[in-house]
Amino acid sequence: MIRFILRRLAIAIPTLLALIVVSFILMKVAPGNPFTGEKTLPKEVMANIMARYGLDKPEWQQLLDYISNIVLHFDFGPSFKYKDRSVTEIIAQGFPVTFTYGMWTFVVSTVLGVFVGVLAAVRQNSWVDYLSLGITIGAQVVPVYVVAPLLVLIFTLWLGWLPGGGWNGGHWSNVILPVVALSFSLVASVARIMRSSMLEVLGSNYIRTARAKGIPGYKIILRHALRPALLPVVTYLAPMLVYVITGSVIIDMYFSTGGIGSAFVNSALNRDYSTAMGITILYGTLTIAGNLLVDLIYAWIDPKIRL
Amino acid sequence: MTEILTVEDLRVRFTVHGGSFEAVRGLNFALNAGETLAVVGESGSGKSQAFMAMMGLVARNGSASGTVMFGGRDLLSLTPSQLNEVRGREIAMIFQDPMTSLNPAMKIGAQMAEVLTEHQGTDRRAAWKAAVEMLDRVGIPEAVSRANSYPHELSGGMRQRVMIGMALMCQPKVLIADEPTTALDVTVQAQMLELFKTLCRETGTSLVLITHDLGVVAGIADRMMVMYAGEAVETGAVDDLFYDPRHPYLKGLIQSTPSPDERKSYLTPIAGMPPNLTRLPPGCPFAPRCAWKMPICETTAPVLLPFGAGRARACHFDGPLVSVESAS
Repeated sequence: MIRFILRRLAIAIPTLLALIVVSFILMKVAPGNPFTGEKTLPKEVMANIMARYGLDKPEWQQLLDYISNIVLHFDFGPSFKYKDRSVTEIIAQGFPVTFTYGMWTFVVSTVLGVFVGVLAAVRQNSWVDYLSLGITIGAQVVPVYVVAPLLVLIFTLWLGWLPGGGWNGGHWSNVILPVVALSFSLVASVARIMRSSMLEVLGSNYIRTARAKGIPGYKIILRHALRPALLPVVTYLAPMLVYVITGSVIIDMYFSTGGIGSAFVNSALNRDYSTAMGITILYGTLTIAGNLLVDLIYAWIDPKIRL
Repeated sequence: MTEILTVEDLRVRFTVHGGSFEAVRGLNFALNAGETLAVVGESGSGKSQAFMAMMGLVARNGSASGTVMFGGRDLLSLTPSQLNEVRGREIAMIFQDPMTSLNPAMKIGAQMAEVLTEHQGTDRRAAWKAAVEMLDRVGIPEAVSRANSYPHELSGGMRQRVMIGMALMCQPKVLIADEPTTALDVTVQAQMLELFKTLCRETGTSLVLITHDLGVVAGIADRMMVMYAGEAVETGAVDDLFYDPRHPYLKGLIQSTPSPDERKSYLTPIAGMPPNLTRLPPGCPFAPRCAWKMPICETTAPVLLPFGAGRARACHFDGPLVSVESAS
């Protein structure tokens, strides 16, 4: 177990290095630089700016400097776009926001999705099943950018219950709408996976054994069926976890939450090399951590998996 | 002998796409205390479904009717929670496939202990101890550490031993074993049957052994019930039925079984196929395959009538059956 975790962490380092190199090359391959704008700068000015950010050095030198700064000083460099702001600051500002509504979304989607899925499976072909099927299909096909404005329309403009945007330091009333909007389709996906895997498990021989032992229905669900039925859901949770904590541009845009999602897209558009690189590394780290976490959950659920 | 399980007119009906059919068509029999009853028939004869129905385990598209009297109660009219008091405690069931019949995500000790905590309110630690003792009784070596194993860590034979032990945790009055040895290899089969015999004798449990293997029947059963197309066609003591079968189907089954005593250059199979339960012939369901067929067989279905010492058969032909070769 410990060895497994250490091995996975050891693999994570070359993975991250590869990620850095590839994204660095991609950024350099694209034409232009952070300071090419509508107004052409005089040659001398441009050369000064380039020297100021170290962009006059050969590319391999830039890459090595970048990596050594991260490793030695945990410094992701200054933003090329916003003077006086470092990448670390930008991440430190945006990521907690994203992390907060992302984790809430993750918890809500998983718990609610599993609950609805189990309920639909246990009451297969009843009105509960059909209702949840209808709602989940609906929720899955409606994209976030439709759900978000609808929520604002209903809960902010019509009912006036919740603020339609802003973050306000993560006050609960500001968190609810982004979480609901982002959870919408995720709950549906989890519920549908849960329903079908639960049905499969409920039809299995070992559930028949449990019934023949005289175990009451609810205990069969909780003790015998839930854990094996969760496996396919957990598989889905890994990408979902990464998806929710890396943030959503759409959510950040509609609710002006100021999460990392909008910062990432802006940095790519503005060719803000260091910010884009920094967030890419963050995403990479989160992906690796998420996958590791899911593998651990896997091993906990399925005793056949030995780490 | 006292009857502990009395089945009257048991029917199991399944609704399938575009219609319904009866897999069990009016079954009547009684199980005596302490005996071993073998229920024999080929796939689709309704032998498993009849017992699944008693245990409330028919699939969602099926329903059972009739009466199954056990301990003064009709099992078919019990509420789910009343039925749960019987299942696992007074009537236990073992299934064919030990590889998939144990929960892959639970330790075997926990799966066994659960029976006691559920039915007798035993506390967890005592129940676990009892599970370990039971593992020892069913012949699992190093039971203390094995109780902590997961099913995938055990061989098929070991898992079936666990299943047997789990079924006997509450010392049930009846143990229903549905093809318990079919998925196991032959040497393990013999060990299993031996285990069944000893344990059931020790606990005074009546054993119902559902099988299609006449060799298994001969080795362990006291009485036997032969089923065909959802009905019992012949019942009686095993020796009587083997040496003097009175239903052509049983006769055919015996003739199609290899025997080490006689040197046969070929086996005599039963011609034809079992009938489609959705389109049964009007008379005897076995008539199309029967070498002793008479005109009445195609119009009137025979009923199970007692004859001789504790025997019964459902056949219009009266008298001993000479071998198929000379009759046809």
